[in-house]
Amino acid sequence: MAIFVNKDTKVIVQGLTGGQGKYHGLRNQAYGTQVVGGVTPGKGGTDVEGIPVFDSVSQAVAATGADASFIAVPPKAAPAAILEAAAAGIRFIVCITEGIPAQDEAKVFNTLVRDYPKTRLLGPNCPGIISPGKCNIGITAGEIAELPQAGKKNVGIVSRSGTLTYQALYELKQRGIGVSTCVGIGGDPVPGTNFIDCLREFQNDPETDAIIMIGEIGGSAEEEAAEFIKAHVTKPMSAYIAGVTAPAGKKMGHAGAIVSGGKGTAQGKMDALRGAGVKVGNNPTEAGDLMAEIIAALG
Amino acid sequence: MDLFEYQGKQYFARFDIPVSRGGAATTVDEALKVADASGYPVVVKAQVQVGGRGKAGGIKLASNAEEARLHANNILGMDIKGHVVKCVWVENASDIDEEYYASFTLDRGAKKHLLMLSAQGGIEIEVVAEKDPDAIIKLHIDPVDGLSPAAAHKAAVDAKIPAQAVAGVAKILVQLYRCFTEGDCDLAEINPLILKPTGEVHALDAKVTLDDNAAFRHPEWDEYRATEELDAREQLARTHGLQYIGLDGTVGIIANGAGLAMSTLDVVNQVGGTAANFLDIGGGASADVMAAALEVINFDEKVTSIFINIFGGITRGEEVAKGIVEALSRVTLKAPIVIRLDGTNAEEGRKILADAGIPESTLISKPTMLEAARAAVAISNGK
Repeated sequence: MAIFVNKDTKVIVQGLTGGQGKYHGLRNQAYGTQVVGGVTPGKGGTDVEGIPVFDSVSQAVAATGADASFIAVPPKAAPAAILEAAAAGIRFIVCITEGIPAQDEAKVFNTLVRDYPKTRLLGPNCPGIISPGKCNIGITAGEIAELPQAGKKNVGIVSRSGTLTYQALYELKQRGIGVSTCVGIGGDPVPGTNFIDCLREFQNDPETDAIIMIGEIGGSAEEEAAEFIKAHVTKPMSAYIAGVTAPAGKKMGHAGAIVSGGKGTAQGKMDALRGAGVKVGNNPTEAGDLMAEIIAALG
Repeated sequence: MDLFEYQGKQYFARFDIPVSRGGAATTVDEALKVADASGYPVVVKAQVQVGGRGKAGGIKLASNAEEARLHANNILGMDIKGHVVKCVWVENASDIDEEYYASFTLDRGAKKHLLMLSAQGGIEIEVVAEKDPDAIIKLHIDPVDGLSPAAAHKAAVDAKIPAQAVAGVAKILVQLYRCFTEGDCDLAEINPLILKPTGEVHALDAKVTLDDNAAFRHPEWDEYRATEELDAREQLARTHGLQYIGLDGTVGIIANGAGLAMSTLDVVNQVGGTAANFLDIGGGASADVMAAALEVINFDEKVTSIFINIFGGITRGEEVAKGIVEALSRVTLKAPIVIRLDGTNAEEGRKILADAGIPESTLISKPTMLEAARAAVAISNGK
């Protein structure tokens, strides 16, 4: 088991003929992901290293039976690409595009909720999702993810930051701990999938025994997650929040990473998570150490 | 990007939001010209992006040209909490009957737009929220539907805006919402929104934060960018297209990825150091990017050690190493580097660094983030 994706997930890449789409799409395929097609308007009928390219998502879905899409197009085109995928019946969309205006993101999110409630959007501005050994959609380097191990305890990862997602995968690999699924939800103000969506799935996933959560300053997603954990998550968790020393009022690289009006501080988020019984590390390595302790205690 | 008040008012005017007659000035003579054109009495207001300018003497009323000259002369060049006033906004002084508050933001939790409206304006909204939370009404707006004139009218009534001002306030709410959405604002705030004895409602102040991600469809923002308050290091970083934020510490930071860069600041702090900056070099750390990053760090006189923290995901270790070696041949550093290189092809990268014959006084390699942070902080603190 894994969450959101598995070995049967069939993926198309919107923007497969572009630099990013081609590079990561082919890497995902090389990892073993079923990359069944690409979409670039005007380039239908061509192929990228044997992967057929279509003019529209609906044509690609009709021809390949794809149920997931990987969107790697520029910020101007991404909102329309997301809605096109949803309209074509795609159930799971991963959008790695960074730099989409917040107004567009808010509109797309609420349009999905209203018109395509069965479609899940991961991102934008996220590294994607990997279920080690089964499916990798996005830009994560597959080799840094430890395979889940039968008969042992495996960990689910959910993170707002790309490089810290890799860091978390790496910390677990160093300790030989398997990963069920690793989800990067992205650092934008309106993520399609949030911590709670992932925590709910991990709680219900029989292959996931414990969860690492990586948050950062800005917004209140971690505080809301803490409330959810208190009420619904029984699996043990460790966490790390980036940005303890970030100055207020400055966007720290990610559009959503900003402390404003005294809200969204790392300390507030750590306190909330500790209050929900999560073991919170002061850096990614400590979060990894805490997870190793959790796994050891699970036996 | 935060706008100055005068820019915010100019931005409001694009969306037909009524503001006082006035203009911006950077010299006393200009200020006088604007004052004459606006009609006395005028208010001379310091343009700085920091609160409390009124208390600091940065807002003055002038009833004639002589007073306007005096105030403009005093305020231009004034230091308000470390911000030197380079520009004043001069406008016709308004008679005020009442002061309200209105703002639009994105409520990230609810994923909807949020209108906050209060009949108690003129003071900070946080103060109102604390003293009398019921005096603020909060209305969530679905971005797909937008704000209808009827909903704006109801909001004004709900906020207990007096009957004679409801129509005027509702009209401005719709205009301000258009400014917020079509104008791609993160924040569009009017405080105070005033009712004049004549019955007119208008914006006496303007606080606007623009969404940098939307700059591609707003060529008119270029002029705002030119006046942004950046320190010299941030200016240099911008010319290189780097994601850089200047801080006050002594350990220069270079990392790939925003999260890792934030985390690097935290770890340096935890082991007793202080970061000089936030710098995210992003995915493909080419030699050019690395050289530019080192140049910006090198420019900062406070920096006494440099911590390069790279986790190779997409970025490959050997590329980073080649970038550093090449960068070192172009830039003469004033402080030594401590590097932690991990992830994809990290070993190849470390080998390239080791084989490059760089002396240990210039570059030290450490296997983990914590060890590297300790080494960088020890050097920086002179231990």
